[in-house]
Amino acid sequence: MTANFDSAFLTEMRRDLLRFARLQLRDNALAEDTVQEAIAGALAGGREFAGRSALKTWVFAILRNKIVDAIRERSRSINVSALSVDEEAMDETFDGLFKPNAHWQPESRPADWGDPEAALNQEQFWAVFETCLEHLPANTARVFMMREFLEFDTDEVCAELKISTSNCHVILHRARTGLRRCLEKNWFASGGASC
Amino acid sequence: MLTCKEVTHLLSEGQDRKLTVAERVRLEMHLLICSGCSNFGRQMNFLRSACRRYVDRRSRGHDRAD
Ligand SMILES: [Zn+2]
Repeated sequence: MTANFDSAFLTEMRRDLLRFARLQLRDNALAEDTVQEAIAGALAGGREFAGRSALKTWVFAILRNKIVDAIRERSRSINVSALSVDEEAMDETFDGLFKPNAHWQPESRPADWGDPEAALNQEQFWAVFETCLEHLPANTARVFMMREFLEFDTDEVCAELKISTSNCHVILHRARTGLRRCLEKNWFASGGASC
Repeated sequence: MLTCKEVTHLLSEGQDRKLTVAERVRLEMHLLICSGCSNFGRQMNFLRSACRRYVDRRSRGHDRAD
């Protein structure tokens, strides 16, 4: 079946999957292994695929499960709720957006992004989006991506990573406000792609 | 009345759990008079759709070329 898929397609698929796995695992070697296993698993199953998309969707489904397994494995040895310097810095930056009475500083008040959905059709937006995700601290990113990319319920995320529900909410809030700021600074405030 | 900082937490949690009626009422009242938090709320929704689309792009690749 491999013969149906040219090497350019397989290379591109591998690259896409690797990027996705790296974002979440934050470990190149582990990401490489996970993607390799997912592709090998998909092709070894003796399944017929209707086309490239069908193969990719299938490999991706396997990859998701493998990423979850890897995160689960890792959560035994790391404390997801421990704050790194980066996470503390994010919290300080966020607090700095507010006046002492906890209302927005005039210059930090979230702006109207207009029609942000239009950005979703622009290649350059996705490069910015990916960079912003890469900038999230590892533990914050792990919780956020389990929720948003692997589509776990918040309760499942907390249970898998052994953190309290309230802590889960704090971490997701930190991730979202961080991403929001990053996108605002690097895309929406700068007027998006200059075209 | 809720502070803007509290509102950002409720708007984020609203993506993850069903807010109570009391929370929703207090939230709506704040959003009526606060453009900053209203924008923040729309941006949270946008983040959710961007994440969905991102996964779609990564998992399906360039369908149009098929
Ligand atoms: Zn407000």
